[in-house]
Amino acid sequence: MNTSAPTATGVAVDTRLLSGWYATGRPADLTDHLRQYGTPPVTAARGNRHSAALIRALEAAGLTGRGGAGFPTAQKLRAVAAGRGRAVIVVNAMESEPASHKDQFLLAVAPHLVLDGAVLAAEAVGADTVHVCVPRARSTQHWQLSAAMDERRRACLDAVSLRLQGLPHAYVSSESTSLVRWLNGGEARPQGAPPRSHERGVGRRPTLVHNAETLAHLALVARYGPVWFRQAGTPDEPGTTLVTVSGAVAAPGVLEISLGTPLTAVLDRAGGPAEPLQAILLGGFAGVWLPAQHLGTPLTRRDLAPLGAAPGAGVIVALPRAACGLTETARVLAYLAAHSARQCGPCRLGLPAVAEDFTALAAGRADPALLSRLRHRTGLLPDRGACRHPDGAARLAASALRTFADDVERHLTYGACPAVHRPPLLAVPPAEPPEAWR
Amino acid sequence: MNRDRTLRIDRIACTGHGLCAELLPELVALDEWGYPVLPQAAVPARLQAHARRAVAACPVLALRMEHTPR
Amino acid sequence: MTTLALTGSPLWYASRAGGSLALLLLTATVVLGVASGGRAAPRSIGRFEIGLLHRNLSVLTLVFLVVHVVTAVLDPFVHLGWAVTVMPFGASYRPLWLGLGTVAFDLLLAVLVTSALRLRMGVRRWKAVHWLAYAAWPFALFHGAGTGTDTRLSLQLWLYAGCLASVVGAVWWRLAKAGPGRAAGRLVAAVTTGAVPVVLTAFLAAGPLQPGWAQRAATTALHLGGGR
Repeated sequence: MNTSAPTATGVAVDTRLLSGWYATGRPADLTDHLRQYGTPPVTAARGNRHSAALIRALEAAGLTGRGGAGFPTAQKLRAVAAGRGRAVIVVNAMESEPASHKDQFLLAVAPHLVLDGAVLAAEAVGADTVHVCVPRARSTQHWQLSAAMDERRRACLDAVSLRLQGLPHAYVSSESTSLVRWLNGGEARPQGAPPRSHERGVGRRPTLVHNAETLAHLALVARYGPVWFRQAGTPDEPGTTLVTVSGAVAAPGVLEISLGTPLTAVLDRAGGPAEPLQAILLGGFAGVWLPAQHLGTPLTRRDLAPLGAAPGAGVIVALPRAACGLTETARVLAYLAAHSARQCGPCRLGLPAVAEDFTALAAGRADPALLSRLRHRTGLLPDRGACRHPDGAARLAASALRTFADDVERHLTYGACPAVHRPPLLAVPPAEPPEAWR
Repeated sequence: MNRDRTLRIDRIACTGHGLCAELLPELVALDEWGYPVLPQAAVPARLQAHARRAVAACPVLALRMEHTPR
Repeated sequence: MTTLALTGSPLWYASRAGGSLALLLLTATVVLGVASGGRAAPRSIGRFEIGLLHRNLSVLTLVFLVVHVVTAVLDPFVHLGWAVTVMPFGASYRPLWLGLGTVAFDLLLAVLVTSALRLRMGVRRWKAVHWLAYAAWPFALFHGAGTGTDTRLSLQLWLYAGCLASVVGAVWWRLAKAGPGRAAGRLVAAVTTGAVPVVLTAFLAAGPLQPGWAQRAATTALHLGGGR
């Protein structure tokens, strides 16, 4: 372990990834990064293919993915290390979730933590290439990352080759099989399961796809060890995570919190609710509406699972009582329907039909059979596509019908509520199909 | 000998021809747009011959029957 | 109207009959294949039944094709070796027109073999070979018109007309159902298909239906890299 772990008194135990940002108030360049963290502890076993020490440390630390699926990181590394052929690392920095900004923020203020993590992961699984995937439309981010990678190259810091890739930006293009497909020369659309990316991915080599934030945590575990990592969070779900808090809060933004923090405390860290809340959108556009009475729940998979919710991509949007949850949901569903890859029946036909019915419901134009038809069609979306896009939309729609059940009654009986005319709360991009897939 | 089989549908290749539901109605239903719904993927032994026929009949080879992974 | 040459051997009759039957069955196979390929749902018959019918007809086509080929080779009137069954344009009897038939036979064999191995091949490769069936049918038709002893019989001409009408009709129906959209591609396909009967009629009028065809066909050969 290099420098001492950042648990000096006066610094909150859950400020880890963002500690450099809070200390200096500016994005960290390579000099700042090296001063604070030292060089990445690439093991002396550089001649060997694998480094099992890091994988063991990650397993002891209990780090799970921060991209939404929450898969144990050590398991993923092990699977790729066991694959045939030289592995490839893909850094998923696409952040296609419109309500999430944590990865963009992290890459802006501490890019070298993410890149360290990628290089360390490459060392652990015997990879020789790292592809950092960002949307090409985000030109500032592209330029910043390019500069960071140039700094490392000039300092001859890494033994593996780092490549920056600019991908077309669509909601489904951040799915791991979409990235693999694009890197193989195809379109940024999801592919079906066989073969799995960790067996045969980019260039038919075992491919490890990780969210940018996960790799940043990995870089810190490699330096300070699993015991340090477990100082924050809960025993089952250790560590910190980045969340994007927006909506009716006084100070929306990206925060770093320990897992297990109650949602009310998270909202308070973002300045507290600006108005009385009726619910929060938790997880992302493919997440769940959680009613206000459950806001005391800690932010962990375990505590949220009985409520049908999950931390997801760390998105928390506060919905005030004065807003209409059904209208917000209808806009999200229209966007999700327009942004499907249009490869499978349920997304081409089922999802747009659900979005249309939901829009009619929100606008108060529902026919008597709408609710049963909506429930039936929503129930037929999960597990019938090549990816989890229809599942996410179904989850959102079903949770809206549950959480806003009173509103549903009112809309069916009296028509649209006055809140329909409020300015939109969620920043939903236009419901237009993506311009390019390649 | 492992005789457990499961059905798997390649959802991208599937274009809703519906022959699978004609030949294996016990396991495959169709939604209102003609796309298959698979409530359970496990194929009981008595239906395995029918399932094989359904797999062969699919015009785009989207339906497959595989050994159930242990 | 030419009288039937009743002084030939039974093998020659068998070959002519087998050939005509094979053409009929091939036409039916192609029509069913074209009709079932789209997303149209038949009302009173299952889709899998059409699929099975298509496959069974193709096997039956092959049976009569084999009869046609074997009897033609065995027949003493024309001296055909076994090689011409699969290698085109090398025969001594009406080499060009016989060769077309050999090409059609080869294409059909490829389609049948790949269809039997479909599950192992993958859809894309199988489909590519299957499209060759579209070429086999006009080859078979021109082969029949060029080599056939019975070409000048009005019954045979009506048979050709019927086969043409069914296939062209089926293709046009399918193209119409595939719309709207991709109008340019569909139009090109429709015109290409419509060209087949036109070309065949022109060929018949200038060729087999004129006197002296047998001599002209016998001397028309396709020199594939060095002749005799």
